Amino acid sequence: MILVVVEYANGKVSKSTYEMVGCARQLGREGPVTALVLGSGVAAIASEVALVFDQVLVADHVDLAQYDAEVWAAAVAQIAREGEANTVLVGGSRSGREYSPRVAVKLDAPLLEDAISVVDANGTLTAERYTYLARVTEKVEADAPVVVATIKQGAFTAALPGNQVAEQFDVDLNLPQRRVQITGKATEKSSRIALTEADIVVSGGRGVGSAEGFATLVEGLADQLGAAVGATRAIVDDGWRPYQEQVGQTGKTVQPKAYIAIGISGAVQHLSGMSKSKCIVAINKDADAPIFKIADYGIVGDANRIVPAMIAELQK
Amino acid sequence: MRILTLVRQVLDAEESVRIRDGEVDLNGSKLIVDTMDEYGVEQALRVRESGVEAEVIALAVGPERNQDALRTVLAMGADRAIHVMTELALDPISLSQVVAQVAQKENVELIFCGGQQADWDSHALGAATAERLQWPQITWTNGLEVHGQTLMGKHDAEDGSETFSVELPTVITTQQGLNEPRYPTVPNIMKAKKKELRVETLEEFHVGPKLKFLSAEVQAKARLHKILDGKDAPAAAAELVRLLRNEARVIA
Repeated sequence: MILVVVEYANGKVSKSTYEMVGCARQLGREGPVTALVLGSGVAAIASEVALVFDQVLVADHVDLAQYDAEVWAAAVAQIAREGEANTVLVGGSRSGREYSPRVAVKLDAPLLEDAISVVDANGTLTAERYTYLARVTEKVEADAPVVVATIKQGAFTAALPGNQVAEQFDVDLNLPQRRVQITGKATEKSSRIALTEADIVVSGGRGVGSAEGFATLVEGLADQLGAAVGATRAIVDDGWRPYQEQVGQTGKTVQPKAYIAIGISGAVQHLSGMSKSKCIVAINKDADAPIFKIADYGIVGDANRIVPAMIAELQK
Repeated sequence: MRILTLVRQVLDAEESVRIRDGEVDLNGSKLIVDTMDEYGVEQALRVRESGVEAEVIALAVGPERNQDALRTVLAMGADRAIHVMTELALDPISLSQVVAQVAQKENVELIFCGGQQADWDSHALGAATAERLQWPQITWTNGLEVHGQTLMGKHDAEDGSETFSVELPTVITTQQGLNEPRYPTVPNIMKAKKKELRVETLEEFHVGPKLKFLSAEVQAKARLHKILDGKDAPAAAAELVRLLRNEARVIA
């Protein structure tokens, strides 16, 4: 079987889950495309994904209320073994990329990391992925009875739910003791669409001048467009914005239909998180800023004057 | 305690990537210690300097040029270095076997490793090493204190920052924000030349690659480069909105 670990957040199935199903279907490997739902109180999630998978395995347990790399890896490896999975697909989220190497080691399997394409040729999987801070596309091959792959968000076409409802099965897991104690969490709740799921991302850097400038310009334009909000490492370090909004090497990777960069010069570490966006728009007062080299559209000028004018234009 | 800190030699991010015969060509390019790994080296030194009895061992696996990276780290203050020499390109899952074996042989209790490698764009090495050793792991760490056998600190998770507590032995993956790595001073560069740098060969570890590398290419997406002059802000803004609506069709 092809095992897909279902990703969800705040009671909603994540887009990445449907993209993994899309990947699994086009792979055409032997066996049912199987969902594994891990969590506590996940009946609704299981029912939702039953419309897109061939079968759904559910581990609904209080011990799974909070994510832990060791617990998740043990659960996934156990189900992959028992179900004789030939392929294990995990989301290319931060947690997915954290526990999947453990699954690969447990199964003595190769790991295809953050794949943007996966093709099966006579039982051998060939994958493409970005390397060198997303500047190079590398092709690698995994030839093994079972292969673990993390799937880059936004790289595959999402499968659409149908009318067939897949059968659900409860599974028993032998879970290890948690060894990492999470003693506190600082999560900023946002009413906006998630950064990695948005069609439009409006992002800001030091060039917006201040935290107040960010609110007026970046959030102002984002709200006008129904877009998600992103930020550079520099202004997250300065405390202007929360870490969840950070785009780049040490933050999130996005590839929306449109990425609007305001006051962002375009350090290679930032570009690695957004350079695959379909359309890139840059607004910066420095005509030599590297961001313009990868921009489709842009304005060289003062963001404090241009962005309010854009908002006014959009409101017309 | 003994601390193992991973050192990977990578292309400087400021250098452009050149491809030759379907492979990234590093010849003649500036190579540096991966900045993500530097945070680990610095943190290991800080643990030692905080009064904890500790020996800091740097480990690199790769071709001979990696010894330059190890000398840099010895000059930063690491006590000694191990170089596992190989021309073979190991993927992170295979490489973790080497790291885990060295950790066991050296009786290490704490391993630092960069959160993401600047050449592979991989997150796997720290986690895979932890799994082989049956240790816990903390990824994307940006704050760390050692209290006896307990590590406390903070790290970035999916949806925000978390504070954690975990017992040794542990693998910690590091990132920007954890500390400011020091520069090697000239006297320390001189001293580093006399420090132990032990060379081993990969054959001793019985490890082979799990992935076969096929090709690499630079695929720069063609961009339109329609850049407007913003001196007349309302006119430029109106034109940009028009282009995004009618030409790119990305906004309503």
